[in-house]
Amino acid sequence: MSSTTATLRMNAKQGLNRADHAPQGLIGAPLDRKEGPLKVSGRAPYAYEHHPANVAFGYLVTATIARGKVNGYDFDAALAVPGVVAVIDAGKRTTTQAANTSSNPEQGNDHVTHYGQPLLMVVADTFEAAREAAAKVRVDYAPEEGGRFVLAEEAPKAKTPGYPFFNKANMNTGDFDGAFATAPVQVDATYTTPSQIHAAMEPHAATASWDEAEGKLTIHASYQMIGNVAAQLAKVLGIKADKIHLMSPYVGGGFGSKLGLNPESVMAAVAARALKRPVKIAITRQQLFGISGRRSDSIQRIRLGAEADGRILAIAHESLVSNRDGETFYEPAGISTPTLYAGENRLVSHRQAAMDLMISVSMRAPGEAIGMLALESAMDELAHTLGLDPVELRLRNEPDTDPQAGTPFSTRKLAKCLTQGAEAFGWAERKPQPGARREGDWLVGLGVAALSRNNYLSTSSARVRLTPAGTAEIETDHTDIGTGTYTILAQVAGDVLGLPMDAIEVRLGDSTLPKSSGSGGSWGAASGASSVLVAAEALIEQIAKRLGVEADQLTFKDGQVITGNRTMPLADAVGPEPLEAEGTIQSGAVQLTHTQVAYGAVFAEVAVNAVTGEIRVRRLDATLAAGRILNPKTARSQVLGGLIWGMSGALMEEAALDERRGVFVNHDLAEYHVPVNADAPAIDVTFLEEDDRYANPLGVKGIGELGICGSGAAIANAVFNATGVRVRDFPITLDKLLDGLPD
Amino acid sequence: MRPFTLTRAASPEEAVAETGARYIAGGTNLLDLMKLGIETPARLVDISRLPLNEVEEADGGLRIGSQVPNSDLAAHDLVRTRYPLLAEALLAGASGQLRNKATTGGNLLQRTRCYYFYDSALPCNKRDPGSGCGAIGGVNRIHAILGTSDKCIATHPSDMAVAMLALDAKVETLRPGGATRTLPLAELHRLPGDTPHIDTNLKPGELITAVVLPPPPPGRQLYRKVRDRASYAFALVSVAAAIEVADGRIASARLAFGGLAHKPWRNPDVEAALVGARPDDAAFRGAAAVLLAGAEGQGGNDFKIPLLRRTLVAALRDATEGTAR
Repeated sequence: MSSTTATLRMNAKQGLNRADHAPQGLIGAPLDRKEGPLKVSGRAPYAYEHHPANVAFGYLVTATIARGKVNGYDFDAALAVPGVVAVIDAGKRTTTQAANTSSNPEQGNDHVTHYGQPLLMVVADTFEAAREAAAKVRVDYAPEEGGRFVLAEEAPKAKTPGYPFFNKANMNTGDFDGAFATAPVQVDATYTTPSQIHAAMEPHAATASWDEAEGKLTIHASYQMIGNVAAQLAKVLGIKADKIHLMSPYVGGGFGSKLGLNPESVMAAVAARALKRPVKIAITRQQLFGISGRRSDSIQRIRLGAEADGRILAIAHESLVSNRDGETFYEPAGISTPTLYAGENRLVSHRQAAMDLMISVSMRAPGEAIGMLALESAMDELAHTLGLDPVELRLRNEPDTDPQAGTPFSTRKLAKCLTQGAEAFGWAERKPQPGARREGDWLVGLGVAALSRNNYLSTSSARVRLTPAGTAEIETDHTDIGTGTYTILAQVAGDVLGLPMDAIEVRLGDSTLPKSSGSGGSWGAASGASSVLVAAEALIEQIAKRLGVEADQLTFKDGQVITGNRTMPLADAVGPEPLEAEGTIQSGAVQLTHTQVAYGAVFAEVAVNAVTGEIRVRRLDATLAAGRILNPKTARSQVLGGLIWGMSGALMEEAALDERRGVFVNHDLAEYHVPVNADAPAIDVTFLEEDDRYANPLGVKGIGELGICGSGAAIANAVFNATGVRVRDFPITLDKLLDGLPD
Repeated sequence: MRPFTLTRAASPEEAVAETGARYIAGGTNLLDLMKLGIETPARLVDISRLPLNEVEEADGGLRIGSQVPNSDLAAHDLVRTRYPLLAEALLAGASGQLRNKATTGGNLLQRTRCYYFYDSALPCNKRDPGSGCGAIGGVNRIHAILGTSDKCIATHPSDMAVAMLALDAKVETLRPGGATRTLPLAELHRLPGDTPHIDTNLKPGELITAVVLPPPPPGRQLYRKVRDRASYAFALVSVAAAIEVADGRIASARLAFGGLAHKPWRNPDVEAALVGARPDDAAFRGAAAVLLAGAEGQGGNDFKIPLLRRTLVAALRDATEGTAR
């Protein structure tokens, strides 16, 4: 078998490539998901749906205090439950880890850092016995007073975090204080957002088997980034990474909660090794509210100083967020503020408070999701103060270059998104005066916000194999977390190699396959698809060599290879042995020389019941410019989910905290509210033509998070336009509107 | 989950003969509570296949078997045409899937949604008498403003029960030994007092066999539920109303309320304040003032007082709109 490797490092803008010719017409086509039929017919097994022989069932024992020491455990009653096999005490390994492996402090189970912390796992022959026994484990706590649960109270002790979301967490340009103080028009507003929980449909789950002879672990689990998690798990178990076979071919949502190693996998692995018996566990919905990680709560102060014509002179976004002691990850709420609007004098800062709550981790669009909610609300406040149309205000503050870094934008079509989106939405009908439009009991308002999400490329590898049958196989440890990875990788390979979709097999989510970017940060499509492009082009070089021609003389289409007047089946060109190439994409200099951001504009129409304050979103229109769209169908689905989640953050979502106990009390999907179908409005998604070859050779940008990066603010601004009530303490529930509604 | 035995009763008499057992039908609430270790019955008797699943006309009203699913009841012609507020209330509850499973009797007996009740590590006098009330001084946005005690501020979550209370429903039961009784729905549920762990006035082993609705009340009916999202959310407040206006005056008024108290709430003084009055905002506000006299917030739920006042006034406007007011 012939095998080559190829790497593309993004040190320069890329030109056209074979994928641009798209002989199969796959890229840009709204194709159905390759794995869709498996999922809807229940034939796509998820982590908990593997059934090795003699499997035992685990159930976690979790902390019922928020802060203190564990003096000891009493397992006697638990062990007496019929069917119980063992109580697993994993000691220091009982830890939830964020995506960045090195900096996570050990948590262990001899002290408690938050309510719901995993302590032990009971293993039994049945799930029911494990659960019953878990309830019978007695934990002798020594609770400690002084729990730190309320963010505002911890503000004085907050520190500047060190994790490199930016070059540094604080950025200062010009003279913000001076410029703000003398600005003719000022907005100074503080917004608060609560802790939120990912609440993926598929809970954290693992099925682990230990091969004693090989000293090897096989584990089916639910993760977004396979390679990192396998390495973390190897470290925890004290074995080499190649002794772990981790598989996550299907993931029922992750949203950041499955980026790093989670305790279900640690406990299942430790138990399987100790008991010499396969063990599976699914963390319950209630337990996830103490385990999955949370999006940090935040207090964000935004100050905007502007000329009377709306031009911003000074812009500041200061954020206070929280995490567990010793964690370096922080929620970068100000992440879009350096680049979004013009202005000479700028200040972006973050401080992090240590709290006795569950670890803070990435949750869909860490930073932008809550930061754009605040910033774009403040822009609306500025527009209202100025008496200026909110679209016009944004247009007047379009920067020519990145106003913080000074670098050019790779592409930026925010202005067109705003103007074209306004036209399509019927923005001209908006009445600038709040509360001016009433239909029966309903006050109707319109709102707008920009969408902005920084674009990333992450090192990613994929192997593409051409078989003697003339088909292709793609192998990478990349994941499809419901996003469409299977489909878009096949689309790219098909257009390069001239193969229809059904001639391409895609294997994902397996730690034995080439290491990918994984799914996170919206970089999955760009990184994974680029690596497939690089690999497929390398294969074409191999075929050219076999045929003794230059690659640029070859055309691949419909499973045929065409050169000059000669046409042959691809199978014949491949020959009797498979051809294989591993392609790798890496970020490079252009990520520094050009600021890369995906943009959009979202327009919202909401109705607020003048009697009760109930808010119903009637329409959401989003116009986005996010590079080439590989698959408009899966991309649109991503945008829909993002837009609705933004609505969720604006109107509903809150992990309700008992401030005395440090407990998120609404720990199930009946009481942790996210929008249901009846809440989802009519949504229109439009993608503008864009092609960003600074971003990657395919010209695509991430789309997975863009929808959430501002849609909440459009809705909040529409609520203000409907009612004249500005709620800065999210979510905007009806109780916060009542005082301001007509009597 | 504690091990339990499950038997299926062939007749109501056989069901009530199983002393010490809990009844299970749709299981939409009980099973969740068992999984969480909040309910720990050793024995369950499945009553879902008992012949108690008919809706029959009776004395100008309806007799609704306790095993009639919520979905079927909401869709029943006689319910939709004669008791539209009941159909509206049913359809405002839970989700389609839950309504398919949930039964009439089970709906009445569902337990509170108080957060503290659902976490066995937190104090709750309803779940664990004497452990305290976590909601008092805690997260109490969804809690009661009327009829509370210092032991419990939980609410009853049913929409259906509120509608039935406004309709003067009665509950028919069968007791161990074969005795039957009929009690007004108003007497089924209790206030928490010092015994919040006791939700109802049913005796041990007493089985609800039917709900009887008297002939529909005169006038216009409506059910208005205010909640945090458009579906699958419990009522923050709800109003069930049947109002008759004649000769420019309110001739009769039946009003029941959800989300306010440990039981579906009805206050005859509110109705008395309306009867004979002109259907105008002054009368509606007066009725709201009567209803809310003595209402007390717990911090997080203070908003329910103005919300209920506003919702009641608006509901009464809707119920009387177009009449000679």
